[in-house]
Amino acid sequence: MSNSKPPIVGTRIVDRRSDPPGRGAVNRERFIRRFKDDIKRAADDEFSKRSIKDMGRGGRVTIPGRGLAEPFLRHDHKTGSRDFVLPGNREYIPGDNIDRPKGGGQGDGGDQAGEGEGRDSFAFVLSRDEFLALFFDDLELPNLERTRFGNVTLERSRRAGYSRDGVPGNLSPAMTVRMSIARRIALRGALQRRIEELEAQLALTDSPVVRAEIAAEIERLQARRASLPYFEDIDRRYRARAPMPSPATRAVMVCMMDVSGSMDERKKDLAKRFFALLYMFLERKYGLVEIVFIRHTETAEEVDEQTFFHDPLSGGTLVKPALELAKHVIETRYGGPDWNIYGAQASDGDCTESDGRASAAFLDSELLPLVRYFAYVDIPGQGGWFNRPSDLWGAYDSIDSTAFARRKVHGRGDIWPVFRELFGKNKEAA
Amino acid sequence: MTGKAVGGASGADSGPPRERAWPKLISRPTVPMPDPSRPRLEQRIASASEWTIGMLEPFDQALAAHARRLGLETYPIQYEVITADQMLDLCSTVGMPVHYAHWSFGKHLLGQERDYRTGRSGLAYEIVINTDPALVYLMETNTTALQVLVMAHAGYGHNAFFRNNYLFRQFTQADAILDYLQFARGFIQDCEERFGSREVEKVLDCCHALAPYGVDRYRRPARLSARRERERLNERVRFDQQHYNPDYEHLHMKDGAAKPAADVTPGFEPQENLLYFIEKGAPRLAPWQRELVRIVRKVAQYFYPQRLTKVANEGAATFWHYTLLHELYDAGQVDDGFMMEWLANHSDVVYQAPFDARHYNGINPYALGFAMFRDIRRICERPTDEDRQWFPRLAGSSWTEAIHFAMANFKDESLIEQYLSPKVIRELRLFLLRDAEDDRSHYGVQAIHNERGYMEVRQALAAQYRLETHTPTIVVGRQNEESDRALLLQHRVENGRLLDSESVDAVLRHVKELWTYDVVLEELDGDGNRLKIHRT
Repeated sequence: MSNSKPPIVGTRIVDRRSDPPGRGAVNRERFIRRFKDDIKRAADDEFSKRSIKDMGRGGRVTIPGRGLAEPFLRHDHKTGSRDFVLPGNREYIPGDNIDRPKGGGQGDGGDQAGEGEGRDSFAFVLSRDEFLALFFDDLELPNLERTRFGNVTLERSRRAGYSRDGVPGNLSPAMTVRMSIARRIALRGALQRRIEELEAQLALTDSPVVRAEIAAEIERLQARRASLPYFEDIDRRYRARAPMPSPATRAVMVCMMDVSGSMDERKKDLAKRFFALLYMFLERKYGLVEIVFIRHTETAEEVDEQTFFHDPLSGGTLVKPALELAKHVIETRYGGPDWNIYGAQASDGDCTESDGRASAAFLDSELLPLVRYFAYVDIPGQGGWFNRPSDLWGAYDSIDSTAFARRKVHGRGDIWPVFRELFGKNKEAA
Repeated sequence: MTGKAVGGASGADSGPPRERAWPKLISRPTVPMPDPSRPRLEQRIASASEWTIGMLEPFDQALAAHARRLGLETYPIQYEVITADQMLDLCSTVGMPVHYAHWSFGKHLLGQERDYRTGRSGLAYEIVINTDPALVYLMETNTTALQVLVMAHAGYGHNAFFRNNYLFRQFTQADAILDYLQFARGFIQDCEERFGSREVEKVLDCCHALAPYGVDRYRRPARLSARRERERLNERVRFDQQHYNPDYEHLHMKDGAAKPAADVTPGFEPQENLLYFIEKGAPRLAPWQRELVRIVRKVAQYFYPQRLTKVANEGAATFWHYTLLHELYDAGQVDDGFMMEWLANHSDVVYQAPFDARHYNGINPYALGFAMFRDIRRICERPTDEDRQWFPRLAGSSWTEAIHFAMANFKDESLIEQYLSPKVIRELRLFLLRDAEDDRSHYGVQAIHNERGYMEVRQALAAQYRLETHTPTIVVGRQNEESDRALLLQHRVENGRLLDSESVDAVLRHVKELWTYDVVLEELDGDGNRLKIHRT
């Protein structure tokens, strides 16, 4: 430093880099809330285009620009005349005429069309959380009942006033001092009253012996009053915490899928998407959800997620074993009132008539009473069969329960709306 | 200052051979050279391109010393080092570190973030806030040279401008604004809790549409004070509670049926501050809604001088960073690499695209302002005959005094009117066009950078920076208190330029929301003839 002068008084350098992010998030959320409908629509479109793997990511969405503009008064460039100065003249001299640029508007230093984007739409990037929040916004697992305080829930310890004992770390100095003050005030008052009594007695007695006795007593009490201990053991107060069970609802989702020969790749893909979506939904919304995967051909088996979605298998179709296995799993592992049980079944609906009938009856009488909700997704084959109900669909006609819902899915774009319909917030009982 | 890389414009002189009278360029810009007589230090303050917090202080001290020697008066400075994300946050709330929450800020944030993440635009290098002490934000991704550039530009250039310019002295209180915004944010949060954020948002939307008309243009506004605001607010609420009369409320709801006869305002004076008028006079606003109007009005008032001084403010700040950094170099405190680095950024910032370029986006206030301020110094130090003729007082006088005077006493319009020299007009090749009513297919060239044109170009450019040129002049003409309570707004039409009906519709809807009764906007020419009328 060549300059010996001191710096200007008050210059300060503050490092704010570690400050928590703040206002930006608030305003962002405001914006998303205001244009929720548009953004949701855009996100839905985006969603239907994505693969399962990418579904959970954030992404770019574009919403229509109407309503976005913040209006302000401006001149109509088609009226009146105006003079304006431009830079960079290379050839013109007074008297020349320049063709007006197409589109107009440009050239006036003051008027800008905006931030370089069309007024028709506004594109921006949503974070992963914002994206998912929008997807699952008006979805709710139906009948999710707070059954009981589950025993696997977290026990949170909560403040529960003060107690007389505890570990030193929990000592509450403020409370302790307060108790000490209270104790001393109380004792001082009591002693004072006793002293006053004695003084009154002293005035009434003549006997020198008694007087000396009383005087000694007064002195003793005064000494005691003057030397009350600042702290005593009984002053100590500790912050007390008591464990409180916090309510949590446990749920289990039983996923059943037909993996028989009639389920071609396209159908499996659609089923996969349905389950994947379900899985994402559950994973996000409810921390304590267990998922059981049951796949079936003519036999049913419980598998892990990987096998469920990706292991190729073929064979005939029997639905009933899968339902039976589901019942078995529920009864052995998820019995009791602690569990909310949900069933989800995906199939192309191919089954024999007798199996269909038996399955429907079993579902209606055995399984539905156990579960809160059972969703069936029917994925019919392509090519002219759309209007003819599948065998299983037909068989399920006989079920009449508020806990049962079914939908048909024809293509990739249907998955999302169907999912939405099945689990919509204010779903009317079908 | 936004960093945008743009190509240079060359070959401007080597046009096709022409017979037409084309003015010759008389002078070329001069490159300042280090003063050989100044003693140069061997020891640099720092030369690494990665900066550290510890490095900033000696740089600031060096800048401060040079600034003081050159007579710069500033508020004390507080530098705040922030991340790119924090910079995005700040940009979304017009740079204020405290602001109330509103969706439009979120919209700007999302737009900016998208542009930044996709590389469509750079981030602002710097933000400086007109407060006392001045807050200067330094982004961590800047290099050392850029950091020092920002410190000089914002910490000394803008800061001195805020401190000394007459508009800022008259219209803003640097020491009170953050306090006030804090109050405003708290109040609005409170309202959101009590009346619902939807309701609050509705009022704020309406006020934002009218914010350009929420300023006193000539009168000095009352001092901002968060404490006084709170007291006044309590008073207003108390009054309201004490004078609450359910019967009256009931009558009041019936469209003013119980209007007292003395309601008529005799001799109504046109008012330019629409938001003030609405705050005081809107018939059916609740007290808290009036308060929201007031907040938006106060904030608009705070930003009013900035709208009038873009060129002057940026020009002065750019001039000062340019000058101060050269001072550092002359004193030997920085090396050649440092200079090359910031000069590259500097030339991007002061680049003026020609009007026919694809990326042309209006006149660059940095380019114009910098050219003018630098020219003031040149005229003082090395005047030509032309300068002596145009600026007899300026030529040969002390350049620091001349610069300080120019910074302190002008807004864009008057600065250009006073100081735009023929040399700058030539350098920027400014020319004047007219978009005439009778020929919509062409623009007519009126004047160019030659003897006959200088004055005309200068005056037209000055007029271009008048507030009225961008923001149509609207006043409150009248309110019909005795009849339908309609609010009458008037647009003073200039040069036959009417208002865009679409924007009028949108804005009037918002005014009506606040006013509750009908709103009429009439467009009047200079003689008071009604050209057009808009109704809600």
